[in-house]
Amino acid sequence: MDQLKNVLEVEKLSVTYVDRGLFGKKTSFQALTDVSFEVKRGEILGLVGESGCGKSTLSKAILGMLDSAQVTGEIRHFTPRPQMVFQDPFGSLNPAKTVGWILEEPLRVYGKYDAAERRRRVLDMLERVGLERAQASQRPGQLSGGQRQRVSIAAALIRRPRFIIADEPVSALDVTIQAQILDLLWDLRRDLDLSYLFISHDLNVVYSICDRVMVMEKGCIIEQGTVDEVYDHPKEEYTKKLLSAVQP
Amino acid sequence: MINTKDKTFRAGAGITLFMLALILLGALWTPYDPNAMNAAEKMASPGLRHLFGTDNFGRDIFSRVLQGTGATFFIALCSVSLGLLAGLLIGGLTGYYGGWADEVLMRLNDSVTAFPSLLLALVLIAVFHSGKYNIILALGVIFIPTFARIVRMEVAQQKALDYVANAKLMGVKDMRILFVHIMPNILPVLLSTVAIGFNNAVLAEASMSYLGLGVQPPDPSLGRMLSEAQTYLLRAPWYALSVGLAIVLLVLGFGLLSEGLGGDGRA
Repeated sequence: MDQLKNVLEVEKLSVTYVDRGLFGKKTSFQALTDVSFEVKRGEILGLVGESGCGKSTLSKAILGMLDSAQVTGEIRHFTPRPQMVFQDPFGSLNPAKTVGWILEEPLRVYGKYDAAERRRRVLDMLERVGLERAQASQRPGQLSGGQRQRVSIAAALIRRPRFIIADEPVSALDVTIQAQILDLLWDLRRDLDLSYLFISHDLNVVYSICDRVMVMEKGCIIEQGTVDEVYDHPKEEYTKKLLSAVQP
Repeated sequence: MINTKDKTFRAGAGITLFMLALILLGALWTPYDPNAMNAAEKMASPGLRHLFGTDNFGRDIFSRVLQGTGATFFIALCSVSLGLLAGLLIGGLTGYYGGWADEVLMRLNDSVTAFPSLLLALVLIAVFHSGKYNIILALGVIFIPTFARIVRMEVAQQKALDYVANAKLMGVKDMRILFVHIMPNILPVLLSTVAIGFNNAVLAEASMSYLGLGVQPPDPSLGRMLSEAQTYLLRAPWYALSVGLAIVLLVLGFGLLSEGLGGDGRA
């Protein structure tokens, strides 16, 4: 095995959205301030915070998906092609294409495999995420929310990345389906040597799957530690407030 | 995606198929030579010899309607295709990339739309001179803004969806995202727009030829024939009626088709 220790290191990352009006009137909003952390190999790192606190901006910044924002600081990836699983399995899959086509696309773009090999990998991945081979010919509109999220996960994993950002991957699903998807993510981590940055506003979900957790407030990470440390002995007032809102 | 059991869609498809069959027939065979004059049979009323009667030169109106519908259809088809292709390209690129090119092209679009479309086509004809292919060009140009605006709006909407972000993340190139990932999703909207545009093209061709700027005599086109029929409206009402019927059926078929496809059937 390789000597990989961390899959991702982020140092003093700040992101400012600048909106230039029609007549040069500039308005800016600092979405992230001096964010530093690392994701260790094989761990699931949780990121919690209220909506609008900068969680999604962080995930987009890490994957270079911010087109029109000022980004400062350092982001170091130690694995190739990190991928993302999106919150809304209705928007993240192309409704005009079949499941098989969607899963094959990253391989087609990569261009190293012939059609038979691509097909083999697609069917293999379908089974791995708990779907039937026959579902390759269905369109996303014919699948349930949970099945779609399985397809999203399969699409993210098809080129075998080692690091995945899951941005609220179960928030749009029923509670019973949530548990199944969390189980799947847990199993895949073990089988495929994956590490996750797991973003959620649901502290129960984070508690059930994450090893460590970071708490974010207004674009800053105010507290981080193992799940037990943070949940049992929160240091910050804000963390205590978040926790008291969930636990009975 | 397309509900083929929809009654409106079926009626539209039926009428359109019937007209297409007539056009095909007119291209392969007509009862008489559409341009052959016959002094002995001027203004003959409809009957078994001449299904729709004859005109002031003794030409068989049924044969002329068959060929004229074909000419009108051909012009409408080509001009809509021209407008659609240019609209897809302009609307797709501006909608996808945005920025200053988008602003400039869309303002240009607005200014073209601000002209009454037929007037603009007349200006273009005045520059290029009349004739079948120049009509296609002129009508095609005035259709570009409509298609470009709709495509741009749809592409901009699709672009904000996560599946596009996902495709980018997976390393799919911009052009492939635009034409392979996004375009199939705006197809249903485009289909109804094309049907509406086709209707407008039929009517526009008829208007232009009616004004004597389109298809040149002696070749038949629906608008050209309607303009000729006007003079003999009282002596040979079957002339205007049969030509009008062809226009109505052609437009009705596509109107119902577009409504069945989800458009509102209006221009």
